Amino acid sequence: MFYRESGQFKSTYAEDSQIFPIRQDRWVVGGIVAFAFLGIPLLAQFGWVSNYAFTAILTPFLIFALAALGLNILTGYAGQLSLGTAAFMAVGAFASYNFMLRIEGMPILVAFVLGGLCAAAVGIVFGLPSLRIRGFYLAAATLATQFFIVWCLTKVGWFTNYSSSGVITAQKIEMFGYAFDSSMSKYLFVLGIVSVMALLAKNMVRTNIGRSWMAIRDMDMAAEVIGFRPMRTKLMAFAVSSFYCGVAGALFAYAYLGTVEPEGFNLDLSFRILFMVIIGGLGSILGSFLGSAFIVLLPIVLNVAMQSLEGAGLPLPSGIGSSIELMAFGALIIFFLIVEPHGLARLWQIGKEKLRLWPFPH
Amino acid sequence: MSKKSGEVILSFDNISLSFGGVKALTSIGFDVREHEIRAIIGPNGAGKSSMLNVINGVYHPQQGEIVFRGQKRRGMNTYESAKSGIARTFQNIALFKGMSVLDNIMTGRNLKMRSNFLLDAIYWGPAQREEIAHRKAVEEIIDFLEIQHIRKTPVGRLPYGLQKRVELGRALAAEPSILLLDEPMAGMNVEEKQDMCRFILDVNDQLGTTIVLIEHDMGVVMDISDRVVVLDYGKKIADGTPDEVRSNQNVIDAYLGVAH
Repeated sequence: MFYRESGQFKSTYAEDSQIFPIRQDRWVVGGIVAFAFLGIPLLAQFGWVSNYAFTAILTPFLIFALAALGLNILTGYAGQLSLGTAAFMAVGAFASYNFMLRIEGMPILVAFVLGGLCAAAVGIVFGLPSLRIRGFYLAAATLATQFFIVWCLTKVGWFTNYSSSGVITAQKIEMFGYAFDSSMSKYLFVLGIVSVMALLAKNMVRTNIGRSWMAIRDMDMAAEVIGFRPMRTKLMAFAVSSFYCGVAGALFAYAYLGTVEPEGFNLDLSFRILFMVIIGGLGSILGSFLGSAFIVLLPIVLNVAMQSLEGAGLPLPSGIGSSIELMAFGALIIFFLIVEPHGLARLWQIGKEKLRLWPFPH
Repeated sequence: MSKKSGEVILSFDNISLSFGGVKALTSIGFDVREHEIRAIIGPNGAGKSSMLNVINGVYHPQQGEIVFRGQKRRGMNTYESAKSGIARTFQNIALFKGMSVLDNIMTGRNLKMRSNFLLDAIYWGPAQREEIAHRKAVEEIIDFLEIQHIRKTPVGRLPYGLQKRVELGRALAAEPSILLLDEPMAGMNVEEKQDMCRFILDVNDQLGTTIVLIEHDMGVVMDISDRVVVLDYGKKIADGTPDEVRSNQNVIDAYLGVAH
């Protein structure tokens, strides 16, 4: 009833090709962004948003969303399956660490960008096999990235500044003399970076470079015939995707964990991010955020549910608690792959289409 | 309309192409004049699609010479071929299924886009202006093909006939000088065929695009083409105006069989 686009006339192509051509969408998204930047910090002032919410839910949600966004560019938009996401994150984190460590007075944002660029370079190198192989075989090749990078960071002491345990402690985040050390300030720092990068990603996927990725994904032969160069397009997808993952990795180390070791970026993490992309929606920017929210929130929700079961006098046998999360994940992945391969983002879109016509069916 | 055919724009001499022991094309030679509609016909497996693939650089003939706009062409790949103004459609629709009609046609203009991905990412100033300018050009094609109502629909959801039309649109978006159409009317009903014929003739007439097409519907071929080349088992058996080809004994034999 309220979600109507009738009466919203567009008289220029610029108006029609906005990110959100429908006015109600603009309001909602604008509202959410404003709430994230202003509303949540305000609520925190009144004590309604706890430190725990910032450090365990909001910040990791945003960081994982950024990593999922990176993987979505590569897998969802350009159609190249990758299992090396965590490795690219590791490159970003450790490269940023070394730039901060070894160059005096390095601004943190520049270090993050350089870290991302290092990840992009690694992405290009390990993306080379994609020119020859695809699908599962490419996934196996990216698996090699995963193991090689983690091995490399563990073996070569220089990367971890010869720390005996291989653990690095990320430097403090400081910008313009302001130290981001409270959990809320870190959240805002991450939110700022993630919002800007999400906007840039959205712009990329709706312009020529995004179309080139989707063209290669959908029909590489035709893409070549109309003038897209497969090599350049695929490597560009690897580079941009790895850049996003690299920055996410740096944020993972600096704003979330504080101390990381190479083993923290293992295959498990790669798979978690892949699940986010599958559940959230392949080929959707929004999907990356939905998938990340889902996977970050699911364990918490399950935990609360089990505690309330116990509270209701139905104690579950010990051991089930930790396995139920894995079971739920497995079941959901299978469910989404069968029922809705385009994930939560697609469900959201269907919902919107229904809402446009509601209360009429057609 | 005055006689439109101009100079020879593309010519083939002694083209041979084989895959291992299979000879797809044997010593083919013919030419294409500017602004004409040139049909390639022949029974199944005659090598028609291989011929198109040779023209736009998907296949490289082992032998022979291609002269395009007075220049000898050797080893040209698909990218260079697209760059030099050759666009095509495919026998089995080769659209980008996950993208909207508008985006599909926009991809056809990729070689005309100057902006790089960093400018695209901020979508500001020149990048936005360029995108809008190309959108305008694409909208003209959409108008021309009468597909305004589906411009935002993902092509995967469209019926076959409309998909063929969108594919033509994507090829037209490149503003090609030569347009290769691989069975543009296959699987269509009479009305859809009529529409498609009208579009092809209009493109040829209004934009002056040279058209090379493969088609099985003889009625259509004889009606719209200026000259026809007939292939059979990878060899050229006839070449000429529709009337000449129609009465050629070799062609009749190839299509109807010969009494032994």
